[in-house]
Amino acid sequence: MVRGQIIKGLIFLLTEAAYISFMIFFAWNYISKINVTGTSVVNGQQVQVPHSLGYVAKEEIIDADGFPVTRFVDDSMLILLYSVLTIVVTIIFFAIYIANTKSAYKVYEAKKNGEVIPGFRAEIKAFFDEKFHITLMSLPCLLIGCFTVLPLIFMILIAFTTYDKSHLPPGNLFQWAGFNNFGELVNFAGGDAKARTFLDLAGWTIIWAIFATFSNYILGMIVALMINKKGIKLKALWRTLFVVVVAVPQFVSLLLMAQILAENGGALNQLIEMITGNHTPIKFINGTALSARITVIVVNIWVGIPYTILITSGILMNIPADLYESATIDGAGPVKSFTKITLPYMLFVTTPYLITSFIGNINNFNVIYLLTGGGPSNPDYYNAGYTDILVTWLFALTMGEKQDYKLAAAIGILVFIVCATLSLITFNMTKSAKDEEAFS
Amino acid sequence: MIKSYKLRRGLANTIIYILLAVLGLIWISPLAYLILQSFSADPEAIPQSLIPATYGFDNYIKLFTDTDSLNFPRWYLNTFIIACFSCVISTISVLMVAYAFSRLRFKSRKKFINVGMILGMFPGFMTMIAIYYLLKAMQILDLKGIFGIPGFDGPILSLIICYSSGAGLGFQISKGFFDTIPRALDEAATIDGATRNQIFWKIILPMSKPIVVYTVLTSFIGPWTDFILAKIIAGDKVDNYTVAIGLQKMIDVDHKNQWFKCFLAGSVLVAVPVTALFLKMQNYYVEGVTAGGVKG
Repeated sequence: MVRGQIIKGLIFLLTEAAYISFMIFFAWNYISKINVTGTSVVNGQQVQVPHSLGYVAKEEIIDADGFPVTRFVDDSMLILLYSVLTIVVTIIFFAIYIANTKSAYKVYEAKKNGEVIPGFRAEIKAFFDEKFHITLMSLPCLLIGCFTVLPLIFMILIAFTTYDKSHLPPGNLFQWAGFNNFGELVNFAGGDAKARTFLDLAGWTIIWAIFATFSNYILGMIVALMINKKGIKLKALWRTLFVVVVAVPQFVSLLLMAQILAENGGALNQLIEMITGNHTPIKFINGTALSARITVIVVNIWVGIPYTILITSGILMNIPADLYESATIDGAGPVKSFTKITLPYMLFVTTPYLITSFIGNINNFNVIYLLTGGGPSNPDYYNAGYTDILVTWLFALTMGEKQDYKLAAAIGILVFIVCATLSLITFNMTKSAKDEEAFS
Repeated sequence: MIKSYKLRRGLANTIIYILLAVLGLIWISPLAYLILQSFSADPEAIPQSLIPATYGFDNYIKLFTDTDSLNFPRWYLNTFIIACFSCVISTISVLMVAYAFSRLRFKSRKKFINVGMILGMFPGFMTMIAIYYLLKAMQILDLKGIFGIPGFDGPILSLIICYSSGAGLGFQISKGFFDTIPRALDEAATIDGATRNQIFWKIILPMSKPIVVYTVLTSFIGPWTDFILAKIIAGDKVDNYTVAIGLQKMIDVDHKNQWFKCFLAGSVLVAVPVTALFLKMQNYYVEGVTAGGVKG
């Protein structure tokens, strides 16, 4: 730092001072309480609880006017949050520290070889030229780090605590619980409502994702083929008819659909009454489990087919026409052409899209929540209904009455693992698909 | 033989026309119902017939004048403010990241691209709930009138942050566009003494108008169509709702009997601009979904 780069040296010095004072005056206060034996009140009794985040949640004190008041002391939530933040800051600090050391070494080498050392102004200039990428990337990376990566770490940690309605800070501490939450979810033999709900909902989530993905994919492709068939006129009109449904915001079309399907005064029931004269309305959404599930899948077809048309039209046009011609000469009908030429070709080209939409359907919160809200509800389930998929259950546990945050986080992690695995498979396939020129 | 072939094709086409017409009718009729009923002036609160008997602007007028319990204009304004801010921040970060990945060569560039792609593949849903915990713990959600601006409350700021922070991960399409601009231009400019900063502003950006417009439009539309994040963040703070959750509020058990047709009118007001913008840029949308994945 003494080698003629005073301003740069000062900046580094300031960062170090800032880091040390951050650790002493702020972070230590939280990170030192990350895993201690705390005091909690259980059934009116003061109990020592190991593996607590914080020593004591609240205390009774006498204020200046002599009245007893409750004062909040340790907030487990903030302890966890700021501890994670401290670890991230520490990593960043050491990265800067290493960069500093490296740059000092470079300058030392340069001086030894008798080269000119760049001044502060030149160094700043470099950030708009050779080092322009650092200038460009730092803001987006900071935002992504703070609001995507940090929340993920935090969410993962919550799953290993007892954070729920009865351990709600401020006023209560929560503790580290190890794998207890996961244990509760997979304890199928124990006859616990949580495990049963998890098993049933996971099954329905997969059934839903398979039906939703493939019904849209195949039916959408058939409609796209009909629109693109040689000799069909007004192609743009037909296409637009369907694509308008994609363009309308999804929450509008789904809320509207829920109203149209409603039991009382729903438009569809009015229509059925008009045609058949049948006065008892059909319960599409709040009837039996089966009818609700079928309704969700059918409405999803209405929402989803236009997407498939939009995505696949271009690719369908690329299938070499001579393939179809020779198939026709060999005596293949339209059904055979579809199953033997179109489907294999499309499957080959659009597998990544299929996997992405499968993942999308596992997480398809909107369709379920806006249409049925998870209902009809099932009293045997732990705060869930028959059409709830895992993510809507997670939402209900977090935002609803139960406030079972720890369990929601554990479910989140399990869903996350499944989706991440599928994502990585897609990613690798995409890579290989780029190199390959198969199917010709 | 030839005659029968022609006949068969004609028959097939007729069947397809009929099928397309029926399907098209099914697909479009809910939307037609939405628009027709939103102009209904019938006395019943909930439509009793499929097609209204009388027409008028009553529902739209109620939407903008009866703002005591459900304040639709305010929600519209909230959404507009959120959309404007996140549009600016998102556009800047997307273009910066895309330019860096496309034109600059630096150490661990490939690694960054891969990490970015994998992060982008993860569902946003998990992070949303965690962000909610974080914002709640830091008491940002309860802030009122940030910077002394009335109405600029915690949830609005939070939503702006949430919508724009992850934007950098959506660099794919813009990067693809930048990749098509010949590198010879950069090289020529460098020889003439331009820095990379100048190249970005004076050469690449002016040449990339379509992609800039696309990025601006998509990030502007985002907040209008998002439901779940706004629902989590705004909670029960009715004043800070966006149109999406506001419209849902209109048809809950307490309000449906007075507000159903206003819900339809409000939906039209939200859907029309969004639909128009989407139809304008549907080709970019297809490219975006298929980018990197599908190879035709």
